[in-house]
Amino acid sequence: MSAVQTHPARVIVAKVGLDGHDRGVKVVARALRDAGFEVIYTGLRQTPEMVVDAALQEDAQAIGLSIHSGAHMTLFPAVVEELKRRKATDIVVFGGGIIPDDDIATLKNQGVEKIFTPGTPLQDIVEWLRNRLPERSPAR
Amino acid sequence: MKVRAREPEQAWKQDYESSPEREDGVETSTISGVQIKPLYTAKDRPQRDEEFPGQFPYTRGIHSSGYRGRLWTMRQFSGFATAEETNRRYKYLLANGQTGLSVAFDMPTLMGQDSDAPTSRGEIGHCGVAIDSLADMEALFEGIPLGEITTSMTINSPAAILLCMYIAVGEKQGFPASKMGGTLQNDILKEFIAQKEFIFPPAPSMRLVVDSIEYCAREAPKWNTISISGYHIREAGSTAAQELAFTLADGMAYVEACLERGMHIDQFASRLSFFFDAHIDFFEEIAKFRAARRIWARWMRERYGAQDERSWKMRFHTQTAGVSLTAQQPELNIARTALEALAAVLGGTQSLHTNAMDEVLALPTDKAARIALRTQQLIAYETGAANTVDPLGGSYFVEALTDELERQAEVYFKRIEALGGVIPAIEKSFFQKEIADSAFRYQQEVEARKRLVVGVNEFTVDDEAPIDILRIDPRLESEQVARVREVRRKRDQVACSRALQRLEKAAAGTDNLMPYILDAVRVYATEGEIMQTLIGVFGLYTETAVI
Repeated sequence: MSAVQTHPARVIVAKVGLDGHDRGVKVVARALRDAGFEVIYTGLRQTPEMVVDAALQEDAQAIGLSIHSGAHMTLFPAVVEELKRRKATDIVVFGGGIIPDDDIATLKNQGVEKIFTPGTPLQDIVEWLRNRLPERSPAR
Repeated sequence: MKVRAREPEQAWKQDYESSPEREDGVETSTISGVQIKPLYTAKDRPQRDEEFPGQFPYTRGIHSSGYRGRLWTMRQFSGFATAEETNRRYKYLLANGQTGLSVAFDMPTLMGQDSDAPTSRGEIGHCGVAIDSLADMEALFEGIPLGEITTSMTINSPAAILLCMYIAVGEKQGFPASKMGGTLQNDILKEFIAQKEFIFPPAPSMRLVVDSIEYCAREAPKWNTISISGYHIREAGSTAAQELAFTLADGMAYVEACLERGMHIDQFASRLSFFFDAHIDFFEEIAKFRAARRIWARWMRERYGAQDERSWKMRFHTQTAGVSLTAQQPELNIARTALEALAAVLGGTQSLHTNAMDEVLALPTDKAARIALRTQQLIAYETGAANTVDPLGGSYFVEALTDELERQAEVYFKRIEALGGVIPAIEKSFFQKEIADSAFRYQQEVEARKRLVVGVNEFTVDDEAPIDILRIDPRLESEQVARVREVRRKRDQVACSRALQRLEKAAAGTDNLMPYILDAVRVYATEGEIMQTLIGVFGLYTETAVI
């Protein structure tokens, strides 16, 4: 048994852009919460600035973005840019939604580490985040 | 020796129980979780007088002749990029035998903001057509005579503005509002519940809805002033019974708001229309459509005292289920859509949109859009499904399932009433939570392989060739921004400011706002300017996000 107590990783999930399709983001948020992550859901229509603000305030290790309106090529990279501007590039950015295959490679090059497309098992998202995010060391 | 004949039902029961059952672990309940018996018999048939189509309570359809008199309207929802591009798609669809138009607007238009607003960046023309002012609306319907076709417009918070723009274009083409027909979605309640394209708080939102219903009853009586929608509720993850119950509860809330305004039920009820999802669980969907008509007819006659038969008849549009489509092996979506469309037809829909196979990836290409339309034509002309009225009427199973969905809806109506009605229930996140719970339950069932989705968690392939998808040219964003700025530069500024000031004053009072909005759009006030004027008076709504 480990003497060091670890804290679960903290993840912001956010709806960027104007669309209100929140079915996917809510299902993912629940699944992550049930898997032991600390999940903060921002609600709808967040600008990249608002998302990064929330991530910094909450000391989150990852930001999960959801979009269904087709604006992902503008808004996902804008979140990464905002993180660079705020010197917070240690925060992992991932996303999901109606995103064509061709766009995924471009988004990865721009710093969005992983895109989960429709039909992804929730377990895959949980596993990916578990592997990607180390558990946090205890607060001192 | 004489063999004792077994009583048939008993015999079936014994045989059934001794025969092996499939062991794949897949649920036998409907996709919504309604338990289904292995067999339905005459004993499951409801004890009631024989029902006929065209007669109260319209379980078997609102027309005595079904589709023998007239087929459903094949109405493909479409819109992308600029007004000119969409105008070309409309002409293409009309040339291919489509019988009505249906406008999809882009997100900035749906959210009441102009293309040059900072938060419109990246969204322009992506999931519909960008409309900022009357100038765009004129381009959208260029060469399409608005007095001769009907148009459905999927817009909600800013619905009154887009309706006014449509009326203004028609007038310019020489058609008075009284000659134009179509459907305005204008259903704000389901926005609070499911699709979340709300802007104003509930009370002023409801005022705008009632204003447009009241105005059209007088000036544009051929408009379906509202399309009370279950589609978005279902797509957000609800069950069939929740879709049915929440939609009809919304309908009741609109009726009550109009009655409160002082209108008589028969003045407006016949122009209320509905919009449902046709999901993949075939018989459950048919039962849902049949139950919806019956419940609505009863309410209108018995609860609200409507005397005009037209007020009792629920007319509805159907769209096949976008959520049932898969990004994996997308060609399979053609088959899914065909089955869903058949359910809508067997359920007696008045109009139908069939999704294109590639809509799970992007807006449809010309080819995918044509296959979707052809699917409807195939059902209409090849399958024979349209040859007799309500072909499944009297089916032991379908009748029992119709009753079951009605029963489940009644339970919800009581719960909603106990919460104080639809708006208090929205404010308590009741619907939102119910829907999120259903969505999560379904997803867990898929993960546990209690539900199989072909191509996703079973029958998968490793190597998939990508299909062609529609790309929106990024240049159009700057073109649309330039266009709205050009409109603002060229118009009569004084007339525009005056119209907006008059609208602001009226919004603070109790006048019907439609004439003021119409005046503003005629002098090219933009959608964003009109919305900002109203937001100044009404304020903005924010929801409490529940996971």
